[in-house]
Amino acid sequence: MSGTRITYREAVKQALREALHADPRVFLMGEDVGKYGGCFAVSKGLLDEFGEARIRDTPLSESAFVGAGIGAALGGLRPIVEVMTVNFSLLALDQIVNTAATLSHMSGGQFHVPVVIRMATGAGRQLAAQHSHSLEAWYAHVPGLRVVEPATIDDARGMLRAALASPDPVIIFEPISLYNMDGELTDAAAAVRLEGARVHRAGRDVTLVTYGASLWRCVTAADTLAADGIEAEIIDLRSLRPLDDATVLASVHRTRRVVIVDEGWRTGSLAAEVGLRIVEQGFYDLDAPVARVCAEEVPIPYPKHLEDAALPGPERIVATVRRLFSDVQ
Amino acid sequence: MSSEFRLPALGADMDDGTILEWHVAPGSRVKRGDVVAVVETDKGAIDVEIFMDGVVHELVVAPGTRIPVGTVIATIDAEDAAPAPSLTPSPAPAGEGRGEGSSSSPSSTERLKVSPAARRRARELHVDVEALTGTGPGGAITVEDVERVQPTEKGGMREAIAAAMSRSKREIPHYYLSTTIDVTPATEWLAAHNAAAPVAERLLFAALIVKSVALACRELEGFSGFHRDGRYEQSTAVHVGVAVALRGGGLVAPAIMDTADKPLAALMDDFRALVTRARAGRLRASELAAPTIILTSLGEASVEAVFPIIQPPQVAIVGAGAVVERPWVVGGKVVPRQVLTLSLGADHRVTDGRLGAQFLARIAARLQSPASL
Repeated sequence: MSGTRITYREAVKQALREALHADPRVFLMGEDVGKYGGCFAVSKGLLDEFGEARIRDTPLSESAFVGAGIGAALGGLRPIVEVMTVNFSLLALDQIVNTAATLSHMSGGQFHVPVVIRMATGAGRQLAAQHSHSLEAWYAHVPGLRVVEPATIDDARGMLRAALASPDPVIIFEPISLYNMDGELTDAAAAVRLEGARVHRAGRDVTLVTYGASLWRCVTAADTLAADGIEAEIIDLRSLRPLDDATVLASVHRTRRVVIVDEGWRTGSLAAEVGLRIVEQGFYDLDAPVARVCAEEVPIPYPKHLEDAALPGPERIVATVRRLFSDVQ
Repeated sequence: MSSEFRLPALGADMDDGTILEWHVAPGSRVKRGDVVAVVETDKGAIDVEIFMDGVVHELVVAPGTRIPVGTVIATIDAEDAAPAPSLTPSPAPAGEGRGEGSSSSPSSTERLKVSPAARRRARELHVDVEALTGTGPGGAITVEDVERVQPTEKGGMREAIAAAMSRSKREIPHYYLSTTIDVTPATEWLAAHNAAAPVAERLLFAALIVKSVALACRELEGFSGFHRDGRYEQSTAVHVGVAVALRGGGLVAPAIMDTADKPLAALMDDFRALVTRARAGRLRASELAAPTIILTSLGEASVEAVFPIIQPPQVAIVGAGAVVERPWVVGGKVVPRQVLTLSLGADHRVTDGRLGAQFLARIAARLQSPASL
């Protein structure tokens, strides 16, 4: 499987197929995952391959089928529950936060909830305000959950395996705008871990901390900055709960400047959490204020130009980085 | 608690002076060595440096007032205990002070912006951040700003010294001379002078040597000038550069301008200010390029003789060791005397040993009559 170019969508599908083949306790359920092949065509063909018992279409009731998934996990199965978008997952918030996240704690470790809940997140496909939000921070707030967001082909391919191996509920966020992205699948996918941030690109002048689709905005921004002689280091958080402080702080120690790029809204964002951890633990490494580039605080607009304007695009990242070096633009 | 800042005597014979203008206003943060006022004396307008750190509480004397030396001209609050600056400063001085003095320093009420990393780096390198100019966002002082004035051993200064000294040893055929002289009269004169002078006016022995070197440069050609494009040009002005070792390593040799023309007191003031500014990284490029000859004194390092290397394109450099007490023959008897070993590194393309010997002898002769320096 090394060296082949595949799409992010294909990487997730391969991961699902591998999991379904590897363990008979694994099954996939969610809205339109079977006959329709998945809202984003991730599970297309899986119904034919694995049958209705393991690829289960559910009613349009997130609370019911996420709850069913939690029950199945408690009962010994390894359910993968697909929720169409993070916006819709709010209907299942009670099941996820009050049940999945708490049972291990409340049972004194007697009951684990090894459910994996996949959901699409983010904007960029003109799906308007009810399908485009980035609410990762809401889940990352909750003890008892593990929250990850694969941004690369290798992580899309490898994280599901690691998630299924976890005894605790894992939320996997899949950025909608990355499904069509293609890239090289490498041997590293086989050894992907659930936890830990990763230095996606090394640089000595400024650290860009990001996750999800914003990783690629940072890559574009870093290319622009490199032409000006500013070498940006990019850190892909990968795991949003728990956060890997050590990797971030080690980078900030080297570069002394940091910009956090987050598709979530600024107020109460993951960017805020990461930023404050840097201030708490790395204050004396800082040579400039911690800066953030987040989504504008509006419901994500439908028109393309407004949607683009609301997102933390490369131009805003570049401008923010430059301000950390001097007043002179 | 306020301290009183009194009009200092800006020359041995100064009895009074007129405040021409204030460079600070109530609330201004000041540190030892800052120029806070300009005072008219019979020697002309002189910048007055403050000798304490703190925040200006009140300017007691308004510009235009003639006052005797020792008059309280301002009160200074200790930095830690500084209250908020008065909202109603005395009008005239405050107005003028702001216009003149605050351009290069942050305004009196604004906190100096220093990044946390820069503050830590400055502490490591013993750099005074208050003296730096920030280039970061909002004018904040960054690690780069700190390291710019205090390059580490790996930094640019080491390389610059290496390049200059390598070039010197490659291109300049040095000859070296040295002589050890009895400087007891000069040390006695200096001790007497300093005993009578306030701390701020005390002279260092190095100031006597600087002046002597400058005067010798006036008398003999071939030591104060530049060798460029295969030719020597004697400099009409004499600017003696003084080698200043920096705390983080490396050294600089800024010039005391027109050294030969300056009375010792003014020369000492310049010397002191240069050292302060050199260590704060605030030298002007012109001061570093100006020296026509350099004096390097390693007396503080307890060595007796220095064999100095010329800084191109200059053609000579004088070295001074420590003043030490040694048995010395005077009038057929061995007596303890204060002696100093002077050395000369000179460019053989320009002068020969015989002239170099005369040059050293002129310096030595000047040192014998310090009162006339």
